[in-house]
Amino acid sequence: MAMLELHDVHSFYGNIEALKGISLTVEQGEIVTLIGANGAGKTTTLRTITGLIKPRQGTVVLEGEDLTKFRPHEIVYKGVSMVPEGRGIFARLTVAENLDLGAYIRNDKEGIKADLERVYALFPRLKERRNQVAGTLSGGEQQMLAIGRALMARPRLLLLDEPSMGLAPVLVELIFDTIVDINKQGTTVLLVEQNALMALSIAHRGYVLRTGEIALADTAENLRTNEMVQKTYLGME
Amino acid sequence: MAGLLAGAVALYFTLVGMVQAFSKRAVVASLSLGHITLLLAAGTVLYVFALRDRTSGPGRLLQTAFAGGLGGLLLGLYPYLGQWVDFHYMFVRTSPELYALLRFGLSPTAGLVLMVVAGAALGALLAALTLPGRFWRNAIIEASLVTITVGMLSDLFKGMTIGGIFTPFLNAEGLNYIGAVLVFGLTIAYVVFARRRREQRAALEASGEAPKTPAQPDTRRWMVAGVLVIVLLALPAVLGSYLSHVLNMVGLYVIMGLGLNIVVGYAGLLDLGYVAFFALGAYTMGLLTSTGPLGIAHFTFWEALPFSIVVALIAGILLGIPVLRMRGDYLAIVTLGFGEIIRILALSNWLKPFIGGAQGILLIKKPPFGPWTLTTPIHFYYLILAGIGVAFFVAYRLRESRLGRAWMAMREDEDVAEAMGIDLVTTKLTAFAFGASFSGLSGAIFASYVGSIFPHSFNLLISINVLSLIIVGGVGSLPGVVVGSLALVGLPELLREFAEYRMLMYGLALIAMMLLKPEGFWPEPIRKRELRVEESGD
Repeated sequence: MAMLELHDVHSFYGNIEALKGISLTVEQGEIVTLIGANGAGKTTTLRTITGLIKPRQGTVVLEGEDLTKFRPHEIVYKGVSMVPEGRGIFARLTVAENLDLGAYIRNDKEGIKADLERVYALFPRLKERRNQVAGTLSGGEQQMLAIGRALMARPRLLLLDEPSMGLAPVLVELIFDTIVDINKQGTTVLLVEQNALMALSIAHRGYVLRTGEIALADTAENLRTNEMVQKTYLGME
Repeated sequence: MAGLLAGAVALYFTLVGMVQAFSKRAVVASLSLGHITLLLAAGTVLYVFALRDRTSGPGRLLQTAFAGGLGGLLLGLYPYLGQWVDFHYMFVRTSPELYALLRFGLSPTAGLVLMVVAGAALGALLAALTLPGRFWRNAIIEASLVTITVGMLSDLFKGMTIGGIFTPFLNAEGLNYIGAVLVFGLTIAYVVFARRRREQRAALEASGEAPKTPAQPDTRRWMVAGVLVIVLLALPAVLGSYLSHVLNMVGLYVIMGLGLNIVVGYAGLLDLGYVAFFALGAYTMGLLTSTGPLGIAHFTFWEALPFSIVVALIAGILLGIPVLRMRGDYLAIVTLGFGEIIRILALSNWLKPFIGGAQGILLIKKPPFGPWTLTTPIHFYYLILAGIGVAFFVAYRLRESRLGRAWMAMREDEDVAEAMGIDLVTTKLTAFAFGASFSGLSGAIFASYVGSIFPHSFNLLISINVLSLIIVGGVGSLPGVVVGSLALVGLPELLREFAEYRMLMYGLALIAMMLLKPEGFWPEPIRKRELRVEESGD
């Protein structure tokens, strides 16, 4: 059974149909990426999975359980954690408080402590700045914080929305390396990216979204060599 | 330009009648508060002018003196021309007393000359002030302001039970010269001392040695707390009845401020109808304990108190439900309406048979305490102090709790907070409920304290006051609430002359606050850091 399965999902913003029947699956242990241009429906797909948007039609099934009947905060308890677009850190709280809030749904003090150390090991910069107000971090550090905070919930499925946005290439590499690390440690990843090249280089499989529909679905390797993908999303002639 | 502006500002304060209204209170020697208002108004403009002036010492001195003279001329012309022109037609505050005040009691011509000279002297003095380093400049300004404040509040010292020891330094009203010089000198000494200590500490840190921390910071903290408690307990005995009453009003606002701080400061929900819960707490107390015809239960204060709090708490949740989906401005408008609805209901004929309409509820019982009854302001001081203690403790514990974290996350970003697993519905409702219950407690004590309550005691102004005092103290900060209450409730209570100009003063204070100290007088450490970092463009 797939870990996450979207079946014929239609989501609307008012009367505008943003998702026109999306179906996709994410298997346990995979990195799956959603690529596509602006407005293709990538973020909407994530918002639908996390319950911030209720689909008008279709199902979102996590390990056999339909998520669409739950409220956003309840879905976090099911093991789904999101790194929001534009990072969405709590700017006026400290780094440590942000991470603490990531573990909001948990009660095991020892486990939280261990995970905090794990996050600090992944991102030593965060440890140095743990008492600093998050809004004063650099863009890259904020992205690290957002990812670290999502990990603090100890998710089984991690959703990442444009983690490379606005970062210098060196930092993008670092972030993507970390995503691979996280995945190797057992977290399933659904990655939304505009930077298709980077995304396809670390993902196992990928979906190409175009105006609310799945245009292509294949392994990352096949997508990288696909002529249409190369032309449209990788900027190759 | 600056001179004319300075004159115009001073003239404005004069024409709205403030100067005359204030002139009845002598502050330092024969200088009245009216004069001080003029000095401060014109002085601020001239000072800013002098600071911006880039010319060398003597040039700046001359220029500012000239500007000051010009301002003096503008202000002086008003009473001078008043000989022939009837200004009263245009400016209704014009009066012979005002003229006399502005002419320093001299003839029109002599008054005009003196005003110009005084303006020029003020300008020169302020320009001279800008010449030495920043430190001394600020020290002198601070000391002057402290002297003026002490002068204004000098009445207080006489009201105290130990007021006798201050008599050598006081006139019939205000400080005499000895007192003024003394206060001024002490403030300068304190500022210098504080700087030296700061420098020493910085030097220690810079030299790499461990900063000199007290051997046992915990013991020290407990000692400070102990002294504070003793001072708080002894205060009414020293201050006497009237000042205790003022402190009681401050205290009631502190309790409300701590509550609204939860809603606004922690949870970031802008609530402008906060007075509604205060009113509900007060009316519940009134109805349950009144011995008049409207009393329904004849409870004692202590039996009724939980009801007051619970009624406010439930009202908080009821207000919370419809506004769950609202943010920012919309929330503010709805809560504003809620506050007015409660007041108008209290005033309405429809509910008059039950809660008395405009006549209010009378004969509210005083709280019994063991074999005694709490009646005087001094008794109530201790009751209110205990209330503050409880409110402070609860507010402090809430901030450090999981719920407090959830509030702050929600304040920052509702969507992301939800993505952390925070249930927005319960989190918002608990914020409203806690905030409202504090206000209910305050209202209950208020009702018992004043003995009778009327709808007009619960107007919008209270909500605005509470919100302002939080902002002035520092949003989210607990000690800030106390500082803000003292500044915005205590001071106006003492300076009765301001009553008419209270809103003007509020506006000025809030604008000055946002410009000079946006984080508040006693901010949370984190917030202060953040604002200062932003400023330095890091």
